[in-house]
Parts: sequence; structure tokens; C-alpha cells
Amino acid sequence: MDISKLTIVEARRALDAKEYSALDLTNAYLDAIRAKDGEIHAYLEVWEKSARDEAKTADEKIRRGKASTLTGIPIAIKDNILVEGRVASSASKILEHYVATYDATVIKKLKAQGAVFLGRTNMDEFAMGSSTENSAFGPTKNPHDTKRVPGGSSGGSAAAVAAHMALAALGSDTGGSIRQPASHTGLNGLKPTYGAVSRFGLMALGSSLDQIGQLTHTVADSQILFDAICGHDENDGTSLPDMKKNNAPMKRVIGVPRIFLEKGTDSDILACFEKTLEKLRAKGYTVVDIDLPNLSYSLAVYYIIQPAEASTNLARYDGIRYGLSMQAPSIQEVYSKTRGVGFGPEVRRRIMLGTFVLSSGYADAYYRKARSVRALIRADFTRAFESVDAVVTPTCPSPAFKFGAKSDPLAMYAEDIFSVPANLAGVPALSVPMGTVVSDDSDLPVGFQIIGPHGGEETLFAIGNDVEKFEV
Amino acid sequence: MNEKLDITALAKLARLEVSSEELARLEKEIPSILEFVRTIQTVDVSGVQEDKGLRNVMRADENPHETELYTKKLLDAAPAREGDRIAVKQVISRKK
Repeated sequence: MDISKLTIVEARRALDAKEYSALDLTNAYLDAIRAKDGEIHAYLEVWEKSARDEAKTADEKIRRGKASTLTGIPIAIKDNILVEGRVASSASKILEHYVATYDATVIKKLKAQGAVFLGRTNMDEFAMGSSTENSAFGPTKNPHDTKRVPGGSSGGSAAAVAAHMALAALGSDTGGSIRQPASHTGLNGLKPTYGAVSRFGLMALGSSLDQIGQLTHTVADSQILFDAICGHDENDGTSLPDMKKNNAPMKRVIGVPRIFLEKGTDSDILACFEKTLEKLRAKGYTVVDIDLPNLSYSLAVYYIIQPAEASTNLARYDGIRYGLSMQAPSIQEVYSKTRGVGFGPEVRRRIMLGTFVLSSGYADAYYRKARSVRALIRADFTRAFESVDAVVTPTCPSPAFKFGAKSDPLAMYAEDIFSVPANLAGVPALSVPMGTVVSDDSDLPVGFQIIGPHGGEETLFAIGNDVEKFEV
Repeated sequence: MNEKLDITALAKLARLEVSSEELARLEKEIPSILEFVRTIQTVDVSGVQEDKGLRNVMRADENPHETELYTKKLLDAAPAREGDRIAVKQVISRKK
């Protein structure tokens, strides 16, 4: 069996046709992990035994003709999504030995389908970062060039799929954490509409921004996984009552916020982007320039709102109810020592930043102002979607960078320039591969980002499919 | 705006024990991040109505789970316990 070209669609066909068993398939991925992950370090833990057991159960299900779309499909899970009885650490020392006490809703849904869970993947600690260099357990390498980062924060999930050590993976996206690593590793990555996928059992980073999504080889696979995990969940108060799909007929018009994207983007990435637009035109799309006047404030708004929410959400890690707990004479010192030792430098930095922008005397100028500007950005998108089906940009301004290249926090934050607007507006966005650029003799994949209106995932998949067709 | 940042007080407010070297680094980094995010100060937000569609989402207070169904699991995660309680240091102390 050759897993280097495998997709969920093809694996489903072959499993149902009994060309190989789910156990064969899982074993092939476990072998690949054993052969490659010593170098890549995509996984923090591989669940060999339970994966084989799940594969056997899947085979039984297939034999009885009861297979669902994901029965026997081997999937990797980001380390901030809870799987009952398994360690879930968010790549942090503070949760190094924390065992999840329940299944996240997305895990429950995948279990019900009989998916196989290969293991938990590396990430930037608490999903804060764009390179996996902030993992407390060492970085993940980019399978396309091991001197470079895979992106982040879902870098382990991306590397696992890109190196064929999983057929697909779940990640989470607060400001680009699925799309940016997808772009850097040549995969499809979807951040769904805010509220489309339940976050019950996802460790919260920025609660007004976070979404669980998937990393896959193809758009069709992305759609399969999205259909499997989306839907209302009464355990998540932000989950949409009934995920109304945006079924408005497509105008076949695509908007390019040209003023916004030309500043600071690598010229070869812009060339790839133009080439992709050209091909979309050939497919019958009309490509128009559009102006979203407040888009340029997105990154600044994001780096106020996200640290503010993170500092609040991470207050729960205090050494009392679970996780690391440092001994100290007073309860105040238990808190501050546990948090000082348990959190890494980037997490400490963002907690401090968030604490500042929320503090008395500064909250109006920073946090509340940012919320108002966010409302303007959201309105910009609403206006744009009156005339276009989707807004497109490159996913990232530059390809995967080398380890240590972005030690200045602001340089790292700039990685998110094109991805944060979708999180701020709560709209879905899909990154699809649009070719490669050359840097230091390495061919590096780059992504094309398609942003749609609320509930417009189907539109993204339709356009994504058109982009994908001329990439192969 | 030209606020003076008291980084030590901020660390205390955030309940973080931070080394003096790191405090020195943060003393430079945080203001430079704040300087960047301050670009939004020039945006005119008069008349902006945010969050029009937001509402509270509440679950009906019914169908409670069986007593003690999760007690052991949750207590097992606690760093310190006394019987079926999570043990913590004294929270309020009497000033002498």
C-alpha cells in the first residue's frame, strides 16, 4: 500500500472494497511514524496500542457493512483537544501530566464514526505562536525542509499529515493556527465559521476567536472531516443554533483587497497568487479589486483582543484543581510560582500584555477601542460579501522560515497578518496550496486563502476545488 | 498616550513569578508591542455599534447527572486532596 498519495476518499474506497484492512492502514501509518518522526517530531505521544484496537473495531464494522465515512481512517489530534483518559498538555509544562477527564465533542463525533486516533501532535504552547518553537517539548520540523518551521500553532498536526504520518489531523485556529501551517506544509486547512464546530473540550485561548478545524491533503477530504465535526452542541454556548449553510447561489465573483496585501508580501508569493487568480479567471470567475478599509488594523486589534482573552482564560491554570502545582508557604505564592515555572516565555508575555490592556485606566484605550475597530472590520466583510462570493489573499506573506529567524515577538506576530481578519470577523477561511516558491534551494509550498461569508464553507470548498484542479 | 509601564507590578497582577532577566526583557518588549497595537487609536469609531446580535445562552437547569459520577475523575486530577475535597493553603489569614 502506498500511503504517499493517499486521501480519505481513496482510503474509504479501498477499505470498503476490502483491498486492505483498517489495521493494515493504521499499521502503515504507525510504521511511517516510527521511521520519520524521530526527525520531524510531529507527535508528542503516539497511541499505538489503542490505535490498533480502534482499527480492529473498524474492520469489524466494515465487515458488517456498517462503515461510516471515517471508519478506520487514521487521524492525528492537536494536543489541546481532550481525549478521555489521555494526556492533553497543550505542549505546556503546566499540563505535562494532565489526563483529560472527558472527550471533546469533536472527538465524540469521530469516535462515533469509528475513526482511528494515532496520537497527539505538537504545537506552540497553548496555541500561542506561529512556528511550534514555543512548544515546551521541542519544536516540530517542516517535512519540506527540516531546517525550517512547519508553522504554527498546529505545526505538529500539519507536519504529521504532510509527512504522511496521518491521513488527516485536527487543529485549532485562533488567528491562523490551522491555515498558516497548512500553507507552510502544502496542505488544505480550514478555519470554520465561528460557532460551526463545537469547542467543548478544546482548551480555550481566545474565546471570541477560537475554532477547531482540519488539515487534509485535498479539499474533498477537508469537506468530509468538516461535515463530521460540525453541528450544534448544547455543551458549547457559542455553538450556532443550527449551522445554517449559506446557500446563496454563487455570483462567481472574487474580491482581492489589493492595497492590503501588496505591502510586505514576498514578490514570488504575489506572483503565485496572480497566477492562481489568472486560472480562476480562465475558469469563468470575475476577479475584482475591493477595498476593506479597516483590514490594515486587523493585526493590531488581534494582538490586543487575543492576549486579553488569553490572560483571562489562562487564569484557571493556578496549581489548585489540576496540572502542575509548586509548593509554597502561601496560596498566593503557589499561584505565582506554579504559573511562573509552568508557563513558557511567550505565554508569560501574552498574559502580561493581556493583563495590561485589560487593566483599570488602560482598558478603554486598548481593549474597548479594539472591540470597536473589530466591529468595523466585521462590517467591512459584510459589505464585501454583498458583491463577491469570497475575498482572497495569500495565506502568508512569506514561506516557511528557518528556526530562530523570528526571535522578535513582533516579527513572529506579523506572520498572522492575512489570517487574523477571518477570526476577528468570525467568517470561515480555507487555505489551499497554490504552488511553491524557491528559497535557498528549497521548494517551499505556499497557500492561497479563500475567505467566505458566515456559513459559507460550501463556497470555500467549491472555489478550493477549482484552485486544486489546476494545481495537480 | 505615554504611560510608564511598571512591569513588576504587572507580573504581580498577572500572578506570575518572573525572573529579573526576563522582567528586563519584557520591559522592552511589551512597550514595543503596545506601540504597534496603538495604531488603532487613530481610527474613528464614533457611532460604531458592536455586538448587536449577541445574547446570553443558557442551558435549562434540568436532568442533573448522577451524584458522584465524575467525583473521582476530577479529584484524581487535583494536586492535593483531603478525602473528597481539594486541599488548598489557607486563603484568608488573620493579621497579627
